[in-house]
Amino acid sequence: MSIDWQAFRLTLELAVVVSAILFAAGLPLAYWMAFSRWRWKFLVEALVSLPIVLPPTVLGFYVLVALGSRSPLGRWWQSFTGHTLAFTFSGLVIGSILYSLPFAVQPFAAAFSSVDHKFISASATLGASPFRTFVRVIVPLSKPGLITGVALAFAHTMGEFGVVLMVGGNIPGVTRTASIAIYDQVQAFNYAAANSMALLLLIFSFAVMVLVYGLNRNRSRQSPRSATMGPLQ
Amino acid sequence: MTAPILNSASATLAVRVRKRFVSPESEFLLEVDFVALPGFTILFGPSGAGKTTLLDCVAGLALPTEGRIAIGNHVLFERNVHRNSRANHRESSQVNIPVAKRHVGYVLQDLALFPHFTVAQNAEYGIAHLPRTDRKQRAAAMLEEFRIGHLCSRLPGETSGGERQRAALARALVTDPCVLLLDEPLAALDAPTKGRILDDLRRWNQAHHIPILYVTHSREEVLALGDHVLVLENGRILAQGTPHQVLRAPLQETVAQLAGFENIFDAAVESIHEDRGTMICNLLAAEDGNFVPLETPLVRANIGAQMRVGIRAGDILLAIAAPAGLSARNVITGKLISLDRRDMMIAARVDCGVEMEVYLTLAARDALRLQVGQGVWLVIKTHSCHLMQK
Repeated sequence: MSIDWQAFRLTLELAVVVSAILFAAGLPLAYWMAFSRWRWKFLVEALVSLPIVLPPTVLGFYVLVALGSRSPLGRWWQSFTGHTLAFTFSGLVIGSILYSLPFAVQPFAAAFSSVDHKFISASATLGASPFRTFVRVIVPLSKPGLITGVALAFAHTMGEFGVVLMVGGNIPGVTRTASIAIYDQVQAFNYAAANSMALLLLIFSFAVMVLVYGLNRNRSRQSPRSATMGPLQ
Repeated sequence: MTAPILNSASATLAVRVRKRFVSPESEFLLEVDFVALPGFTILFGPSGAGKTTLLDCVAGLALPTEGRIAIGNHVLFERNVHRNSRANHRESSQVNIPVAKRHVGYVLQDLALFPHFTVAQNAEYGIAHLPRTDRKQRAAAMLEEFRIGHLCSRLPGETSGGERQRAALARALVTDPCVLLLDEPLAALDAPTKGRILDDLRRWNQAHHIPILYVTHSREEVLALGDHVLVLENGRILAQGTPHQVLRAPLQETVAQLAGFENIFDAAVESIHEDRGTMICNLLAAEDGNFVPLETPLVRANIGAQMRVGIRAGDILLAIAAPAGLSARNVITGKLISLDRRDMMIAARVDCGVEMEVYLTLAARDALRLQVGQGVWLVIKTHSCHLMQK
């Protein structure tokens, strides 16, 4: 079996980095989406959800343009580092974050809004600041939704193709991810190699989902009140 | 978190609140003005009267349209809307201390114990600003005081209703609040459990002397807790005073119904006997213009005045032979028209010109061998007749 371990490792790295950043950035964004009463909030919600319906090539195209040396962002980055973001691992991370954003933020926001408001009120009357309420009450009670969001973002990044191809191309060890490696093998009529990589991705994705459902099931057994929703909604 | 401003000093809570809700179906106006002294102040009224909203305003969870809420001279909320000649609103002064800084203890209707924390962690939640050992000690002492020290490492879901109630009280009280708000805290508990928890709470407050606003719609709780009662209905205070004043001699009819008068009749004052301290009122029968005269206590009223009379079904005696030698001034003949069993008692309906409901024990029914259709005598003491303004 000739598995392109380099591509697989790169994909894992990308998925870990992207889901970590999405977890950190998604929490405040989801908090805002769940609790803000700003009248134009729906515009932000629509924007965050856009990657779900947008063809990956469209998103990839604009990310490529934005990262290129002709855009302000690309030029700014170039003045710093001496090279453009396009066709680099960092560029891949940026494209993937945008593409996987709704898969993390939507489950987060849904989990936050389903936390019973009485707990938030109780926390406030006990003197807790909104930040402390968030960290000590809202996040723990949203754990199933948070696990779901991170797992979805992770799995989604693992299997990404269109955005990666547009933004990163196919540079071995830098931007060639597992799904692009599969595509390459199929193009070269190397079905055995394509199959072993595809099988690896399939088993890995299944394992992630089993882990998510397993974690959320145990949680709902411990305290039925905190798990009002399934792992994936 | 700030240090308590009024550390367990006995300060009164002064509340003047106007809050208007406009929903598509209806409009509701909460408009109250009262002072709660240290000790229990009971907010009594049917659901939808605005009791919980009032507590939310004091806690800072709801924003009044205007008013002032203060503990002693520490203002929690103040907002006065002035209407000037051009009829637009101008706010003169505004204070709105955030919920977390009000130092108000609030036990919500369904307690809201954090399900992911143990009982001890719940109790420590409100005193997170204290050093760790101090915090543990105080929480443990408070749980001990409320007799649930042995449950400290359990999750709320693993304790009984009464224990959860105690945990919620301990969690609120360990913060040394200036005021305690309790929203139907004991509604789901049986009477003995309820009584023991109230005893513990009373004992705690003997040492701390803070105002406790206690919301309930149970008449038994009102009588048991004593102190001061506010009767709230439709967003307004209908009556206030001691439970005895409010429940025994109500003046407003809505209060009477709340206070459990099974028999309420329209009546007209027939004659006034100031020398005897009584008056005669005619109970008006619905159908035929007949009336039943009744001797009642004297109230300030003119002859011919329209009143209502309330009589509790448990205050009426029933006899199967004409009674003699009674101190009671009202003996009325009638016919038994129904006998219904309700739990461990009998509700009898008697037609004596007006229809009266009378409560009997099962033993009394059997001893008297009561039969529907038989003639009976009803005996009503003068002071069991409660007069109300119409």
